[in-house]
Amino acid sequence: MKMLILIFFASVLTNNIALTYFLGMCPFIAISKNTKAASGMGMAVTYVMVITAIVNYTIYTFILVPMGLEYLAFLIFIIVIAGIVQILEMLVERFFPVLYVSFGIFLPLITVNCAILGLSLFMILRDYSFMQMIFYSLGSGLGWWLAIVAMAGLRRMLMLSEPLESLGDAGITVILAGFMALSFFGFSGILPV
Amino acid sequence: MGKIAKSKGVSYFIESLWYNNATFSMVLGICSALAVTTNLLNAMVMGISVTVVLLISSTVISLLRSIIPERVRIITFMLIISTFVIMVDFILKIYLPPVSKALGPYVGLIITNCILMGRAEAFAIKQPPYYSFMDSLGSGLGYTLSIMVLAAVRELLGAGSLFGFQVLGESWEGWGLVMIPSGAFFVLGFYIMFANMIQRRFINRETK
Repeated sequence: MKMLILIFFASVLTNNIALTYFLGMCPFIAISKNTKAASGMGMAVTYVMVITAIVNYTIYTFILVPMGLEYLAFLIFIIVIAGIVQILEMLVERFFPVLYVSFGIFLPLITVNCAILGLSLFMILRDYSFMQMIFYSLGSGLGWWLAIVAMAGLRRMLMLSEPLESLGDAGITVILAGFMALSFFGFSGILPV
Repeated sequence: MGKIAKSKGVSYFIESLWYNNATFSMVLGICSALAVTTNLLNAMVMGISVTVVLLISSTVISLLRSIIPERVRIITFMLIISTFVIMVDFILKIYLPPVSKALGPYVGLIITNCILMGRAEAFAIKQPPYYSFMDSLGSGLGYTLSIMVLAAVRELLGAGSLFGFQVLGESWEGWGLVMIPSGAFFVLGFYIMFANMIQRRFINRETK
C-alpha cells in the first residue's frame, strides 16, 4: 500500500510526466492559452490515460507476452489508443452532452498526444503490477492536468508584462515551463525515492 | 521542365529546413528534443532515426495518397509510421544497444512525434513523392541540427564534454542546472530566441 501511494505522489509531483519526461509538450504549449480549455484538455488526458493504460496492460500481459509478440507493442498500443479515443468520443457525445462541451472537443487531439503512448511504454518498461499501473496512470494524468492548468494561469499573467519580442509566444512559454519544472523539482525532498 | 521541378524541390527543402523549422518556428516535436539532449551522441542518433522514419513514411504516404481513404487517413498514417519505427527500434537495439537503452521509450514515441504527423497531413498527402521526399529531408535535417545544437550546449555546459570526450578540462565542474529537466526548457527557450533573432535580421535584409 505504501508503495502505491509513493508511486502516485511520485507521478503527480516529483516525476511529473509533462515537466520531467517532457511528454505531451505540443498540446501543453498550444492549448495552455486559457485556463478553461487547459482544464478540459487535462481532464480528457487523465480520462483517456487511465482507460488506455488498463486496456494496453491487459493486452500486453495476457496476449502479447504469452505469444512472444512483444515487438508488436508499438503497433498494438497505437491502434488501441486510436480506437478507444474514437469510441470515447462517440459515447461522451451521445450520453454526456454537457461533458462533451467541456472536454469532448479535445478528444480527437489526444490520439497524437505522446503522453498517452509514453505512459503505456513506461508502464511496460518498469514492470508495474496491475494495481501499481492504475495508480501510476491516474497520478500521471492528474499531474499533467495540474501542470497544464498552472501553465495557463501563468500565461494569463503574461498579459501584464512585456517579454522580449524575439522570444515569441512559444519561447516565453518554454522558459515559463522551465521555471515550473524547477519548482516541481523542489518536491523531490518529500519522497524517499 | 526538369530544371523547374528541381528548383521547386530544392525550395521545398529549404522552406522546411529553415523557415518552417519544426523546432524553433513551429515548436513541434519538442518532447524528444528536450528529453534526449543531455548528450550529443544520443541526440544525433535520435535525429537520424526521426529523419529516416520521416523520409520513408512520407514517401510511402505520398505514393499511396490516391488510395488512402480520407476518413481513416490519420490511423493509416499512424500504422505506416509505427511500422517503420519498429524497424528503426530493432536496428538500434542490435547495432547500438547502449544508445537504444538510453533513449528508452523515446524511440517508440517517434510514432506520436508531431513532426511526422504534421508533414504527412500538411504535405505528403497532397504532393508527389519527389517533393514529399525533399520536404521531409528538410524537416528531418532541420530537426536533427536543432537537437544537436541543444545537446551540444547542454553537454558542454553540464559535463564539459562533447561526444563523451572531455573538452573543457578537468577544472570544469559541470553546471548542474542544464542537465536537470528545467535546464532543458531554459536552453530550448533561449535557442528559440536566438533563432528568431537571426531569422528576423535575415528576412529584413532580404526585403530591403
